[in-house]
Amino acid sequence: MAEIQAETRGRLASLADSDLWHSFKGSPVTIASALVALLLVLGALLAPVVAPHNPFDLASLDIMAANLPPVWAEGGDPAYPLGTDDQGRDVLSAILYGARISLLVGFASVLLSILIGVSLGLVSGYVGGRLDAVIMRVADVQLSFPAILIALLIDGAARGLLPRDLHESLALYVLVFAIGFSGWVQYARTVRGATMVESRKEYVQAAQIIGIGPATILRRHILPNVMGPVLVIATIHLAIAIITEATLSFLGVGVPPTSPSLGTLIRFGNEYLFSGQWWISIFPGVVLVLLVLSVNLLGDWLRDALNPRLR
Amino acid sequence: MTITATLRRSAAAIALLGALCAGAAEAKTLRWSYQGDATTMDPHGLNETFTLGVQSNIYEPLVGYDEKLQLTPLLAEKWENPEPNKWVFHLRRGVKFHNGSDFTADDVIFSWKRSLTEGSDMKGYGAKASEIRKVDDFTIEVLTKSPNPILPREWVFLYIMDEDWSKQNNTTEATNVKNANQGNYANLNANGTGPFMVAERQPDVRTVLKRNPSYWDKGIRTNVDEVVFTPITQPATRVAALLSGEMDVIQPVPVQDWDRLDQAPGVSPLTGAEARAIFIGMDQARDELLYSNVKGKNPFKDIRVREAVVRAVNLDAINKQIMRGAAVPLGSLIPPELNGYDKSFGEPYKPDPDKAKKLLAEAGYPNGFEVSLDCPNDRYVNDEKVCQAVAGMLARVGIKVNLLAQTKGKYFGKVLAQAGYDTSMYLLGWTAASIDAHNSMLNLASCRNKDTQAGLFNLGGYCNPKVDALTEKVGSETDQGKRNAMIKEAWEIVKADYGYLPLHAQPMSWGVRDGVKVVQRADDVLDLRSVVLP
Repeated sequence: MAEIQAETRGRLASLADSDLWHSFKGSPVTIASALVALLLVLGALLAPVVAPHNPFDLASLDIMAANLPPVWAEGGDPAYPLGTDDQGRDVLSAILYGARISLLVGFASVLLSILIGVSLGLVSGYVGGRLDAVIMRVADVQLSFPAILIALLIDGAARGLLPRDLHESLALYVLVFAIGFSGWVQYARTVRGATMVESRKEYVQAAQIIGIGPATILRRHILPNVMGPVLVIATIHLAIAIITEATLSFLGVGVPPTSPSLGTLIRFGNEYLFSGQWWISIFPGVVLVLLVLSVNLLGDWLRDALNPRLR
Repeated sequence: MTITATLRRSAAAIALLGALCAGAAEAKTLRWSYQGDATTMDPHGLNETFTLGVQSNIYEPLVGYDEKLQLTPLLAEKWENPEPNKWVFHLRRGVKFHNGSDFTADDVIFSWKRSLTEGSDMKGYGAKASEIRKVDDFTIEVLTKSPNPILPREWVFLYIMDEDWSKQNNTTEATNVKNANQGNYANLNANGTGPFMVAERQPDVRTVLKRNPSYWDKGIRTNVDEVVFTPITQPATRVAALLSGEMDVIQPVPVQDWDRLDQAPGVSPLTGAEARAIFIGMDQARDELLYSNVKGKNPFKDIRVREAVVRAVNLDAINKQIMRGAAVPLGSLIPPELNGYDKSFGEPYKPDPDKAKKLLAEAGYPNGFEVSLDCPNDRYVNDEKVCQAVAGMLARVGIKVNLLAQTKGKYFGKVLAQAGYDTSMYLLGWTAASIDAHNSMLNLASCRNKDTQAGLFNLGGYCNPKVDALTEKVGSETDQGKRNAMIKEAWEIVKADYGYLPLHAQPMSWGVRDGVKVVQRADDVLDLRSVVLP
């Protein structure tokens, strides 16, 4: 058993050492998107340190500094590099704090999707039979609904069921659950297939023979061997989750307006597109595009790099 | 946004197709949008100018307003004031309700009684009369408790319903705005005497009005056969609907978009000064605020705290940045358009945040306190943004404001008397329906009194007996000079008490497709009688 594990780890390590790294180095697009993604993630994580203002602190807002254009346009103020919104909020700071929430919701919901999808996929593929049929039919049904619709349904139901105050404080969790729950099917499908292949291999049979329980086999032997494709799906799913969150927030059913994400910022700015204050919505939009595009490109690269047939 | 626009466009296409098939291609349809819906069809459900304005095309009062807010005979042909406490109205003969039944004096008496029922928001108007006597089918005598020289003007929004219809449909009591859209037949259905009839009513989605073919006044100008009213909450979507030709009239246009409409071909903004004061009230009645972290006492009972609130807010900044300079900052609840306005109380307070902080510390709140602010988000021009700006300014002196901005149906259903004044601080707008300062004194600045219905919209419970005494005298004074002197005295007292935080008189702001002729009344009401389509 120890040997098998060592072998697995060795294989992954050598992959990272050689092939992945080589293909990464050879693709300028990938390097660029990795840099952009890293920059955005760092900016979001360090928002309280790097942002010039705190957009959540009402007392720091100066309404006389409202509606300022970006610094390079006429009338811009260097204190507000990307301009200000109608309340005098610094657009750059709002974007940094907003990206934080977008990324937080994105990562958390992807993790939730993985948790649900991978567990169900493992069980489904390993146990087979009726349980497999039931889980896969449920997945089929869910696949026939667009993810955004399911997320809207969950969010709407939570809004109806929870009292207002409670919903306000739980909004972020509800959103993570709504997006996470709407995305588990792909993981379950992929992991089920891979599990079915792996569970017929000799190392699994060997483990079964020496009397290891199914839970342990799934966790310690099969799981590490099916995680490759999951990683690829997760990267692409992260981009989708961020977009879903932005869509929900744009529609006004996402995060509460007191902690605006990128989608909320675009919604706020949308009201000013006709009046010429384009910077309030365009900059959060550009950041959203950059974030999603770079994550998507990374996901594409990862898929190609890990796919033996394309190598 | 695009999806709804596409849907709406296809819906319009289908409607058009249907109209063509029915051979009614000649019918003139006015497409009209507001930022919210008319909250109810019940004429006694909500005393809000927009809702009453929509209803004014369906229901009619005895005496109404013309385009210049001058009194014009509607269901009463003549009226006179033979004794100080008595008014006589001679009703119009031959008027029929939409369902064909005849309009008589009984309907007037029934409607007056209905306006005094539990759920009614029009109690303040109904309470003006102590009794209505039927002389004959087309003559009534209205008795008032005290002399009331302006009764017809005060009743321009008291609409007349059909007694038989109301009894048949079990709607003899007014819809309570607290449970709007529930149960009451008159909430969703209407049977008035006006030039338009409700053909379809989907709250918050779409309301279709059809021309009343047997309307008594054949002289009205409009050539509109059908009105499709669609509330559009999102300002940008509303403006886009006008620009794309989907709408003929939209209300309001965000002030920041005026330039855009000026430049766009085929549409223009229609603007003017509105006789509406926007202000913030504070709960000064309860011993402990409902929504605050201060327990055991009410900070707003302390005049120093109220002054601090007033001094913290910079009206010029709000006017410049949020209203784009289109509003008129106020020092009281009386806009310059009202009779009785005077500079002595009309000048805005001088903002002084440092003094505000000092006052808060003196009052025992050196670190400020927390309070919730109720605000509508689809009622007044940029209402939520104004609330946000006020919240920011109060935060700077230490008062942390939790903003609860919601659609006007929910907002009114929370803060008004019918819901027990469930608020600690609120933003409200008020147009004196009679265009006279006395209306604001009675509704906003008088102590709340269940019997006389005074102070019905004094949601914060500001109370000064001196103001009450003056209000009563003004109500029956006929000498204009003396009357205005008392109005001035009363508002100076309210100002010295820091009873309210007045903000501004807002501008009227409509967007109209070229060729559509509308009259913009100074109370922001769109009277369909005057709309002419090309």
